[in-house]
Amino acid sequence: MTGSLKSYVKTFALWELLKGMRLTGKYFVSKGITIQYPEEKTPQSHRFRGLHALRRYPNGEERCIACKLCEAVCPALAITIDSEQRADNTRRTTRYDIDLFKCIFCGFCEEACPVDSIVETRIFEYHFENRGEQIMTKDKLLAIGDKYEEQIAADRSADSAFR
Amino acid sequence: MIDAILHTLWTVIKIVAILLPLIISVAYLTLAERKVIGSMQVRVGPNRVGWQGLLQPFADMFKLMTKEVIVPTNSSRFLFLTAPILSLAPALAAWAVVPFDDGLVLADVNAGLLYILAMTSIGVYGVIIAGWASNSKYAFLGAMRSAAQIVAYEIAMGFALIGVLMIAGSLNLGDIVRAQSGGFFSWFLLPLLPLAVVYFISGVAETNRAPFDVAEGESEIVAGFHVDYSGMAFAVFFLAEYANMIMIAALTSIMFLGGWLSPIDGFGDGIHWFLIKTAFCLFLFLWFRATFPRYRYDQIMRLGWKVFIPVTIVWIAVVGFAVYFELGPWFQVRANGI
Repeated sequence: MTGSLKSYVKTFALWELLKGMRLTGKYFVSKGITIQYPEEKTPQSHRFRGLHALRRYPNGEERCIACKLCEAVCPALAITIDSEQRADNTRRTTRYDIDLFKCIFCGFCEEACPVDSIVETRIFEYHFENRGEQIMTKDKLLAIGDKYEEQIAADRSADSAFR
Repeated sequence: MIDAILHTLWTVIKIVAILLPLIISVAYLTLAERKVIGSMQVRVGPNRVGWQGLLQPFADMFKLMTKEVIVPTNSSRFLFLTAPILSLAPALAAWAVVPFDDGLVLADVNAGLLYILAMTSIGVYGVIIAGWASNSKYAFLGAMRSAAQIVAYEIAMGFALIGVLMIAGSLNLGDIVRAQSGGFFSWFLLPLLPLAVVYFISGVAETNRAPFDVAEGESEIVAGFHVDYSGMAFAVFFLAEYANMIMIAALTSIMFLGGWLSPIDGFGDGIHWFLIKTAFCLFLFLWFRATFPRYRYDQIMRLGWKVFIPVTIVWIAVVGFAVYFELGPWFQVRANGI
């Protein structure tokens, strides 16, 4: 009896409705959390795993020695490598393709690399306009590496204590 | 002769002076709605057109104006095109008797309250005719729901206003506001609190706003009575809905919140108080929409017939008793005033 009386009083005082309005009201006065994407961006970790790049040594020699560890470790079989012996008797890749449609950005290739050649950069805003462009060839990867070397090197050194 | 022309011209000017700000406030109410609801749902709302989205209503308006008005082949063409006008005209006409400030009213008629009730009820014909003339299942369902809902809530609304006119002793909206002079505690909000709540909620139901928007019910019957409308015809329905919202908000502020009167007795009465109170009531409309899920249809009927009408009848009896025996601080003063 008292229970039903209590519920009547509660109903007529619109208690539940006011509680709901209090909640929405709280969100109304609280500060928004939206990030207006193209103008504002979320902070990014230096461990971010985005688009791949192939690095060079400071003297301009490419780091990759065609050991194919990345190809072996790649769980998605996204990496294809062909190699040859160069005129100075070092082994180098003739072909280094990463299929970005297969790649799952796990970062294993970067971990497997003994010479820190293949890395994943912070770049995540890119697109393809034609069929086949998703294959990142050696030239494209080296170009990315050349362009963002400063950033890549800074990120590696920031993380070096944990490797 | 010249007097008659001048009088007509002067009246037209006054009508424009009311309607122009009204239509602009309708435009900005749509923006405010999207902003407020966005903020309550932790979104941003429109902010691309103009500074902080301030030109968004105009972008929407131009979009609707340049769109084709499609008239379905099997519709009743005349009624189909009449319906939007029938729903907009009463929504605008009702503003004739709304007092914005002491004496600032287009038509100071004595039966203003009855006129308002009549006008807001006629508005539903637009919805019903639109639903029927479209010759579409969804539109017809929407119209049916709307008709039943308006009938149910009109009664509760009328009863709520009976309480107001019992203690104000007048049907003239200006007199009703003047009867509330004397600061916040003389407003009809406190003595008629149940009626004020019932009136406002019925007003929400009457304007087919969430959580009573079963006539549109996007998720159930697509868009209800205006599924088949496009372009300007749709815009007119939209305009009518928001004009009605502003109307209900304005009436609530006149009947229960003391219209142009300041909450502190004699301290800066004026049109700004009327606008502030109306804006607050409009904010409540938006707040409701952001908070409550749509009522199930039988729940709406139950609320209207089995809760609101009994509550209003009981409170009318209480008010009648109090007025007759001149009880309490409110009813005594009022009775002497009459």
